Amino acid sequence: MASTDLAPPASSIDADPRTRTSTFHRTQRWFPYAMIAPTIIVIVLVIVYPMLYSVYVSFTPFNLLRPTTTLVFKFSTMFRNYQKLLQDDVFWRSVLHTVVFLTVTVNLSYFIALGLSQLMAKVTRGQGIMRTLLMIPMMFAPVLVGFQFAWFFNATVGLVNNAGLSLGLLTEPRAWLVDQPTGMIGIMIASIWMNVPMLTIILLAGTLSLPQEVFEAAEVDGAPAWQRFRHITMPLLRPFTLIALTVLSLDVARAYDIVRIMTGGGPAHRTEMIWTNAGRLATRDSAYGLASAMSMIGVILGIAFTLYLFRQLVKSRVVY
Amino acid sequence: MTATTAAPRRRISRRKVNREVYNLFAVVILLVIALPAFWIVFTAFRPGNEVNTTPPVWIPHTLTLDAFASLFGLNPDYASGIPVFSYLRNSAAVAIVATLFALTIGTLAGYAFSRFQFRGHTAIFLGIMLSRAVPGVALGLPLFLLMRQYHLIDTVHGLALIYVAINIPFTVWLMDGFFRQIPKELDEAAYIDGCGYWSAFWRVDLPLSLPGMAAAGIFAFLAAWNEYQIASLVTSTPKSKTFPVGLYDFTTQFTVDWRGMTAMSVLMIIPAIIFVILVQRRLTEGLTFGALKG
Repeated sequence: MASTDLAPPASSIDADPRTRTSTFHRTQRWFPYAMIAPTIIVIVLVIVYPMLYSVYVSFTPFNLLRPTTTLVFKFSTMFRNYQKLLQDDVFWRSVLHTVVFLTVTVNLSYFIALGLSQLMAKVTRGQGIMRTLLMIPMMFAPVLVGFQFAWFFNATVGLVNNAGLSLGLLTEPRAWLVDQPTGMIGIMIASIWMNVPMLTIILLAGTLSLPQEVFEAAEVDGAPAWQRFRHITMPLLRPFTLIALTVLSLDVARAYDIVRIMTGGGPAHRTEMIWTNAGRLATRDSAYGLASAMSMIGVILGIAFTLYLFRQLVKSRVVY
Repeated sequence: MTATTAAPRRRISRRKVNREVYNLFAVVILLVIALPAFWIVFTAFRPGNEVNTTPPVWIPHTLTLDAFASLFGLNPDYASGIPVFSYLRNSAAVAIVATLFALTIGTLAGYAFSRFQFRGHTAIFLGIMLSRAVPGVALGLPLFLLMRQYHLIDTVHGLALIYVAINIPFTVWLMDGFFRQIPKELDEAAYIDGCGYWSAFWRVDLPLSLPGMAAAGIFAFLAAWNEYQIASLVTSTPKSKTFPVGLYDFTTQFTVDWRGMTAMSVLMIIPAIIFVILVQRRLTEGLTFGALKG
């Protein structure tokens, strides 16, 4: 009796339900669901429910400081926040800044990380030291990265001005974060500095795991280094690239911390992004309805981006 | 020594020199990348009159713990007045609670995703991952309104609950990767020996995945320790403010106490330094494993 009950379930999961192992299988069928249930419950309570609530708020004129505006939903006014946004010049500018910022930082971070990983893969000594050095930016919280670069680029006491003046590269101190496009570039530098180590580590792990025989064969066939990189390393690294980009895309919203601290989106919305804009509408103006509407648009953009990368990831897994 | 043997030897040594130059080049590049971080850490140990000078004092003449003394209120002449112990307590509390719960809950789910095919497998996994893509501000706005209703605003346990939730997706992903590295045959052997699914998980896979769990746990800890966006929305007093929010105490309307800020930054990165050194290898494995076996 006992021996049949404990037959290996994994290999015979589709066995005839009338056999004696059926009780076992029936109890086991809910097992994975029981395992993921706590995860689902927490995520629904703390993430899904608030997000749905946020959708609702985005359709109301709710403002925390004005008791006359309520959380009451009316069909006639439900799209008013969205209408207001679409007509708002600052909103469009923040969308534009966000798109430019993401495109530039994601691409530059990736190419720098790719270069660094190829450089480090060929190093014969001191891999350990280099890895540790590379990990150092990862230890800094995004807030710290923001403050750090805000200080470096500071108009009066900043290290960049100081160094530039004493080395004779600058004739007078510049307000890097106030002027454009240096403000945006400063934020991008901070963001890239934060992103590159993680990407490099993933790409380096990928590069080191590639089968060496392929490269030896290509070398015997006389393929030059650039072609070996272009036609062997790059395609084989593809799944690692996508993992790296997925991790990055999940974390790009962290850039909020940096922008918030370095410029706060200003001056005069010159470095405004969707998240700083939404944050200010909520915390300074208490316009939660409008801020929610804006963050909804941001979320949809973000999710579309992540979904796209995830699909690419699934595809590349099938190939290899 | 004849000329015929000297020539190849010289060529070998030249190649060796080239290789060393290459290694040196790589180290220099990485040093440049790490330089801003070193600058921050050094500034924390500088005497006050060496900070923000023009031209800059590149190499500190003396090192001092002054900045830390005033941060902790040990320096009577120049007390920072920042409730650093409250921040430390709150940060540690939310990070530890978030780590323990996210790790427990996420490990269970990660195991289910790595070992079983069930209806909705990919869709649920994707849904969990998407919940991580929700940016902090978007989540923080409704959470602020809801937590006000449930009297969770500006409380440590409220913040910890949020951090549990936002840490679960990444934990699930990492643990899924780590469990995939454990051969399925081990489970099958356990089933034959009379284990059910749970005891196979508990007695076979869980002990084997402990190093992976350590890595995932550290990641969760640091994510909670460093989180700023949501904390800045739902905390407002030293009762629940954490380090990242507390950093703002060094800024007044017109001036910023950069040295005090660097001292607090050094405090903030201590756990990160310890943890990153402990698990650097593991983390990469968990992240990249899925690339090879889907």
